[in-house]
Amino acid sequence: MSENRTIRIIVTRQDRPDTAPYEEEFVIPYRPNMNIISVLMEIRRNPVNAKGEKTTPVAWEMNCLEEVCGACSMVINGKPRQSCTALVDQLEQPIRLEPMRTFPVIRDLQVDRSRMFDSLKKVKAWIPIDGTYDLGPGPRMPERKRQWAYELSKCMTCGVCLEACPNVNSKSNFIGPAPLSQVRLFNAHPTGAMHKAERLEAIMGDGGLANCGNSQNCVQSCPKGIPLTTSIAALNRAATIQMFRNFFGSDEV
Amino acid sequence: MAQNREFFYRRLHSLLGVIPVGLFLTQHLVVNHFATRGADAFNKAAAFMEQLPFRYFLEIFVIFLPLLFHAIYGLYIAFTAQNNVSRYGYFRNWMFMLQRLTGIITLIFVVWHVWETRVQAAFGVEVNYDMMANIVANPFMLAFYIVGIVSAVFHFANGLWSFFVSWGITVTPRSQQISTYVTMGIFVALSIVGIRAILAFV
Repeated sequence: MSENRTIRIIVTRQDRPDTAPYEEEFVIPYRPNMNIISVLMEIRRNPVNAKGEKTTPVAWEMNCLEEVCGACSMVINGKPRQSCTALVDQLEQPIRLEPMRTFPVIRDLQVDRSRMFDSLKKVKAWIPIDGTYDLGPGPRMPERKRQWAYELSKCMTCGVCLEACPNVNSKSNFIGPAPLSQVRLFNAHPTGAMHKAERLEAIMGDGGLANCGNSQNCVQSCPKGIPLTTSIAALNRAATIQMFRNFFGSDEV
Repeated sequence: MAQNREFFYRRLHSLLGVIPVGLFLTQHLVVNHFATRGADAFNKAAAFMEQLPFRYFLEIFVIFLPLLFHAIYGLYIAFTAQNNVSRYGYFRNWMFMLQRLTGIITLIFVVWHVWETRVQAAFGVEVNYDMMANIVANPFMLAFYIVGIVSAVFHFANGLWSFFVSWGITVTPRSQQISTYVTMGIFVALSIVGIRAILAFV
């Protein structure tokens, strides 16, 4: 009986960035413990759609296969998530796979997440330690704070929070929750804090922090459970203080 | 628009929505509530407000200019959102959508309301109990007024919740949860005040 079981998948496909998307259905033999990646690999092995026509294999991105790289994110049954940890046995069929349309679609389920990496550059999401001479060890971070910061460092730039956010779209230039939370992370680091004001100024620019509309979809959707809305509210407080410092003046530069 | 002004405009939008626009809304509904004590009480209260010193200054700087900025910039904010409650039916996402929807309803209502009362007053019509009684004698207008009042009050109460987040006052999920209860309490309480007042003209 089990050898007759199949899996139905409906994939939203797109041949080129500038062509119209279309749906294609696939039926593949069931195996226990499959994830969406193995389903897509099965389609790639034998690219024949549900009508029995030969077609092109579905394009998608993947890398780590253990939900730490963020590359395989796509919209599965209406919700953006990683395809590596989306288990077929836990999904309703037919399984609908769509690209995260918040980003430019390159082909099929493959999207261009460059804007997220550009945002990380914009907000200086790193700790500058390079110099012309050895600067020596930085200040120590208390263990309690390190554990707290570790939660924020789990961000894998997967793009799920941007996909879920109603304010990240083609009509707005909002950078989205992920890079904002990274500002909180790097501002919390004892060495990173030396560039706190620079990062805050960056997110107080156009398309920054103030564009958040508090729909809080991001925190509900984050696969890593990062407290994104707490980060945004904490940054709002820091930005309020920075705003007063900038206007009224402060020696805390 | 100059570069890097967005942060300032957004914060100004958030501030003006509470002070003075939100405070004015509360005061307006409370003064209107005099109507529940009869036509004379309302007329006396309305006349007192009308005879406040520096009336035009107050009207321009406490009501019209802040309201105009909040309304126009708010429209821009509302139309840059791409609502997705069908996909993400979370409570806060619904509130996000309703905040934008009630903002637009309130704007339509307020434009109509100002035309019907303040602008007519400028043309020499007397603003009193009878004026409102005549307006809401039409059941369609009464319904429009009730929808307008409830929208305005919701927009204010939920806007107060966002204000606390936007200025970094409520940071933790717990404080935001309590803030939801408090602001929704304000929504219910002010709605009762507003609806009792409008029904007093029927």
